[in-house]
Amino acid sequence: MELHRTNYDLIGKPTRRVDGELKVTGRARYAAEYPAPDLLYGVIVSATVPVGRIKTLDTKRAAALPGVVRIFTHENVRSAAWLDRKWRDEVAPPGHPFRPLHSDRILFDGQPIALVVSDSFEVARDAASLVRAEYELGDHCTELEMKRTDAYDPPEKRSGIPPPPSPRGDAEEAFERSPCRISSEYRINAEHHNPMELFGTTCVFEAPGKLTIYEKTQGSHNSQGYVTSVFGLKSRNVKVINHYVGGAFGSALRPQQQLFFAVMASLELERSVRVVLTRSQMFYIGHRPDTYHAIALAADETGRLTSIMHDAVAATSHYEDYQEAIVNWSGMLYHCDNVKLSYSLAKLDTATPCDMRAPGAAVGVNAIECAIDELCHEVGIDPLQFREINFASKDENTGKQFTSKALMSCYRDGASAIGWPKRSPMPRSQKDGHELIGFGMATGTWEASLMKATAQAKLTSDGRLEVSTAASDIGTGTWTILAQIGADALGLPLESVTPRIGDSTLPASPVEGGSWTAASNGSAVLAACEAVKQTLFKYAKTMTNSPLADADYERTVFAGGRIAHDGDHARSLSIDEVMHAADLSEIVESGKASPSLLQMRKYTSYTHSAVFAEVRVDEDLGVVRIPKIVCAAAAGRIINPKTARSQILGGVVMGIGMALHEEAMTDHRMGKIMNHNLAEYHVPAHADISDIEVIFVDEADDKVSPLGVKGLGEIGIVGTAAAVANAIFNATGRRVRDFPITLDKLITETE
Amino acid sequence: MNRFEYVRADTIADAIAALAQSAEARVLAGGTNLVDLMKYDVAKPSRVVDINRLPLKEVADTENGGLKIGALVSNSDLAWHPQIVKRFPLLASAILAGASPQLRNAATTGGNLLQRTRCYYFYDSSTPCNKRTPGSGCGAIGGVNRIHAIFGASESCIAVHPSDMCIALAALDAEVEVEGVKGRRLIPFEQFHRLPETTPERDNTLEQGDLVTAVILPATDFGSHHTYLKIRDRLSYAFALVSVAVGMTMEDGVIADLRLAMGGVAHKPWRNKVLEKTLHGAEVNKASFRHFAEEALRGAKGQGQNDFKIALARRTIVRALTQAARGTPQDQSDKTFR
Repeated sequence: MELHRTNYDLIGKPTRRVDGELKVTGRARYAAEYPAPDLLYGVIVSATVPVGRIKTLDTKRAAALPGVVRIFTHENVRSAAWLDRKWRDEVAPPGHPFRPLHSDRILFDGQPIALVVSDSFEVARDAASLVRAEYELGDHCTELEMKRTDAYDPPEKRSGIPPPPSPRGDAEEAFERSPCRISSEYRINAEHHNPMELFGTTCVFEAPGKLTIYEKTQGSHNSQGYVTSVFGLKSRNVKVINHYVGGAFGSALRPQQQLFFAVMASLELERSVRVVLTRSQMFYIGHRPDTYHAIALAADETGRLTSIMHDAVAATSHYEDYQEAIVNWSGMLYHCDNVKLSYSLAKLDTATPCDMRAPGAAVGVNAIECAIDELCHEVGIDPLQFREINFASKDENTGKQFTSKALMSCYRDGASAIGWPKRSPMPRSQKDGHELIGFGMATGTWEASLMKATAQAKLTSDGRLEVSTAASDIGTGTWTILAQIGADALGLPLESVTPRIGDSTLPASPVEGGSWTAASNGSAVLAACEAVKQTLFKYAKTMTNSPLADADYERTVFAGGRIAHDGDHARSLSIDEVMHAADLSEIVESGKASPSLLQMRKYTSYTHSAVFAEVRVDEDLGVVRIPKIVCAAAAGRIINPKTARSQILGGVVMGIGMALHEEAMTDHRMGKIMNHNLAEYHVPAHADISDIEVIFVDEADDKVSPLGVKGLGEIGIVGTAAAVANAIFNATGRRVRDFPITLDKLITETE
Repeated sequence: MNRFEYVRADTIADAIAALAQSAEARVLAGGTNLVDLMKYDVAKPSRVVDINRLPLKEVADTENGGLKIGALVSNSDLAWHPQIVKRFPLLASAILAGASPQLRNAATTGGNLLQRTRCYYFYDSSTPCNKRTPGSGCGAIGGVNRIHAIFGASESCIAVHPSDMCIALAALDAEVEVEGVKGRRLIPFEQFHRLPETTPERDNTLEQGDLVTAVILPATDFGSHHTYLKIRDRLSYAFALVSVAVGMTMEDGVIADLRLAMGGVAHKPWRNKVLEKTLHGAEVNKASFRHFAEEALRGAKGQGQNDFKIALARRTIVRALTQAARGTPQDQSDKTFR
């Protein structure tokens, strides 16, 4: 479905966020900011050991504090649902979902073991610090390296995650007979999402069994489904609101601890309850798993790839088999006849990992793109030229065609923007003062998905349009693009459109993830608006003395609040005239989006990018600076270049974090993460970020989604860390295969 | 955070009296560190004595040509004070190398001296830490110790002092003015902070009831040849892995006087005055700086993850000496290393 006879007035135009003013003035309310009468405050007590059983849980001192209302532990909490499947949310991996306060068993450090509830937050916090647990310790292991030999192919596959493709050709044999070969191992340390907004839930107790829940989530329907399933409540009695979400990066895809606790306490105490996690507690709700990548690549003397082998081992928890597509990308980034990929899991005594921006691709593509750079160096070929030579014109994992792939334009425009010819092929050959200068590049890719989504459009006789869908805006710009789409569909100014999202009572939507929201919810809104237009046209045609009586819908233009035949003002009616004549105060229609199965048999859709980095490395001190990064992306139609650019900027910054800063530092003796705060878990600071240039190349795609949109939430991070690492190699001649590349790994003994 | 008694002192004497009554009383000035530590259940004071109304916000000339900085002068006000900018740029630079503008606006001169370590184990009350809980052991030995000490550590504690400002104050031979139950006294800066030994719970030599009232700078200012070079895991808003403060005077191309203090390497700002004298009269050249750096790291001992600090500190010293000699100090705003 194309937009019917519109000029894309607002779609494609840089547009300020419609929710921007609310946010900068503090009027946009987040989950933990909603007031409620007689609100109680819950503070979670976390376990301090990774494995074992709670021997004793002493709550006496805590309970004695004036103002403490109740302390919930595994010993006194009323049981929630018993069946595993009742705890499985929309995006749960295979396994046994974690059930807070289910028993005395400790599965990971930081596991919640009690909830202290008080009528003041301060008292609850003080009391929580007085709860004392004694444990019977079990053996633990939090170190992936120790468990690699035990890695296994997950027996049950996670829904939506394709397992590695079957081998093609004979990768081993091709490797052996090829003149140019590299074989290396990469490790990417675990990362934590750390969105700015703390995880919070305000559960408003309306009546027994009836709740309104203000919740930090990437999917109001997912949280609603979890609550009704776990606590046996009726859907119509549980409303989940997530109007604004202060970042999430995947950490709010699954319902988190605070939701369970706020709802449980609210139902038991028949009062409204708020629970907010601390920054430290947010280190135990899921993370990007630690991964090892064994990669072997081969090419002929001209730089043609002859063999690709990529084996990845990723960490998961003991209770769930969290999975992501890590190695699949290695089989489809380039043309190669001999490919062998494998992916296995190893169980550690931690919380289950969870999706974090470009899950799988961020690490898998990073590793393979560094290895490709090694191979280019081995062959003695320019990395850009290598990528052009080995361009894959179809998805060789599946044999399907791409709906579009303007990656060549990304290579060309990105190389031009960074000034790629400035790069010297010889590592360690460019210097300015104390600093070695280098350039590096990488390819990025991410799937362009269309998910089932529904929407509603309501046009009122005053010419205002309301578009509704239970989508979430985690900072991505969803509020704004839905308004743009609605406005263009009906030819209205942006101010006449009111988007409604972040509410489980609105038409069903999947979680906001996978970069699919713009395409899926956008298309559903478009479909609903299309239905409104058709209804409106029907009334216009049948009006007495209608100038549009014999008009053809296909030749009708909706613009400036009017419906005109062939854009002829003389043969037009205003929306108000039509609705007034039909005695209508409003027109309400529904719309939906879903993938075309027929098309999916023949085509696959991906977003692509080329990332180029310039780095400067202090030769003596190992300090890295990144004066410039260019990310050129081919992502179909860009609805809002302004918010789209922001998405890429954020992704690139996170990629810089992966390259240089971010890592969980674990004391494996204790099985504990030690840098669980924002002072010691380093993400890039302003000083680490210089010029980031975002380029969107033209990419027309009439198949990927009705709007031609591919989505942008993840692509910015994919390839960025590899581009930086490759630039560091070019600058220093040092190949660091253990991420992040902290300065100690770059201090060379040159003195 | 525990319940505590809040006392607001209107006079220095009131503050001292309020502090002297309880070993568990703590001073609240900017609160940038204390409040954090209370939220982490690391500090659990029975009484918090708010000194923000005390008249300790002046920067004044001393009779000896130095400056007296009131304990409540904020880090920002101090870093941008005309006298400091002009005469003690080393101090200004060190202050601006630390924290963020918002934190520096709140943090005070006295408070900066009393910052507690950023050791991961100290901050996590579920782990052993002799500094937080005497007798519980040291988690960092054999553990996650990337940021820990290479000098002066003990079997009880390998934590480092986190301040940037104090490294410059050590190089400048500042004094700390303290008022206590027995009256006023001056503590030479090198005697203010202490090594952990067997009592790492004590960061400094203050006694119960003591209040830091001022920091006194002597007249020697190193206005021309100085630098504060800070190396960290990101370019801003991170504690030093290694930092070096250098103050130098030059006469006819020869080093006449040298002070060098290291941060991020020990439980206190680290100086070697005997070694400093070996460069007096020396010509400026890379070989002599390298030799100095070798000697400066003599006796340094890594803890495993922080072994790299030894090489890093050597190189940082060479660079810092070069910057100071050339009169091209580290710029704390653009973060580039000359």
